[in-house]
Amino acid sequence: MKKLIGIVIAIAVLIVLMYGAEDLPPWADPGQPASLHVSPRYIERAFEETGVPNIVTAVLADYRGYDTLFETAVIFTAGVAVLMLLRRRLP
Amino acid sequence: MIREQEDIIIQTVCRIFIPFMQIYGLYVLAHGHGSPGGGFQGGCIFAASFILMAIAYDLDEVKRRFAEKLNIFFCSLGVFIYAGVGWLCLLLGGNFLDYGKLSVILPIDPVMARYYGIAAVETGVQITVMAIMVSIFLNLVTGGTHEEEMQKTRV
Repeated sequence: MKKLIGIVIAIAVLIVLMYGAEDLPPWADPGQPASLHVSPRYIERAFEETGVPNIVTAVLADYRGYDTLFETAVIFTAGVAVLMLLRRRLP
Repeated sequence: MIREQEDIIIQTVCRIFIPFMQIYGLYVLAHGHGSPGGGFQGGCIFAASFILMAIAYDLDEVKRRFAEKLNIFFCSLGVFIYAGVGWLCLLLGGNFLDYGKLSVILPIDPVMARYYGIAAVETGVQITVMAIMVSIFLNLVTGGTHEEEMQKTRV
């Protein structure tokens, strides 16, 4: 019985999501809203502004430098947490 | 991890292979400007060389070549380099992480200053990722003891 209820809920959620997905823009559409905000500027001017031929690196480390700084901080925090939880000196 | 019997084939192959892995890790870092790559990937490749060393030899070999105190120092050094470059830009009159202002102290134009600023922060990312990967590996596989217990019972 529980399993049946779960299956019914899953199918209902699937139908709702499929209905919502009707309104999404098609894949790789250059006119979709996500492609019109800052992406054209990155593609057109990343090289002349940063001198880096790889746009991914330019966005990662320059335009989105804060993001990468705190990604590094997250990795640092994870390593220090593992060190604090596990590391112990035997008597 | 500490074995009584050692395999000469595995150890010889790893002794040849590990320097090339480390060179490749640095290549991925240095070539991140023109092709896929960068600090995260290069750091993981560099850390994989130490993990291979721990598997082929033992943990003492890794800790002899890359001491634990140095490892923990490197963990924080990378974040310090990244944030330090950001603060340097702030002190030179720009925004935080605005690498173009580095041209005030470097003999290059602002565009190339951004180029070398990106290289500097990627180096910081590489150092942190490499040290953290090695640290997590050593702590997880030994449960945090670094096999000091086995060394004590063996003596």
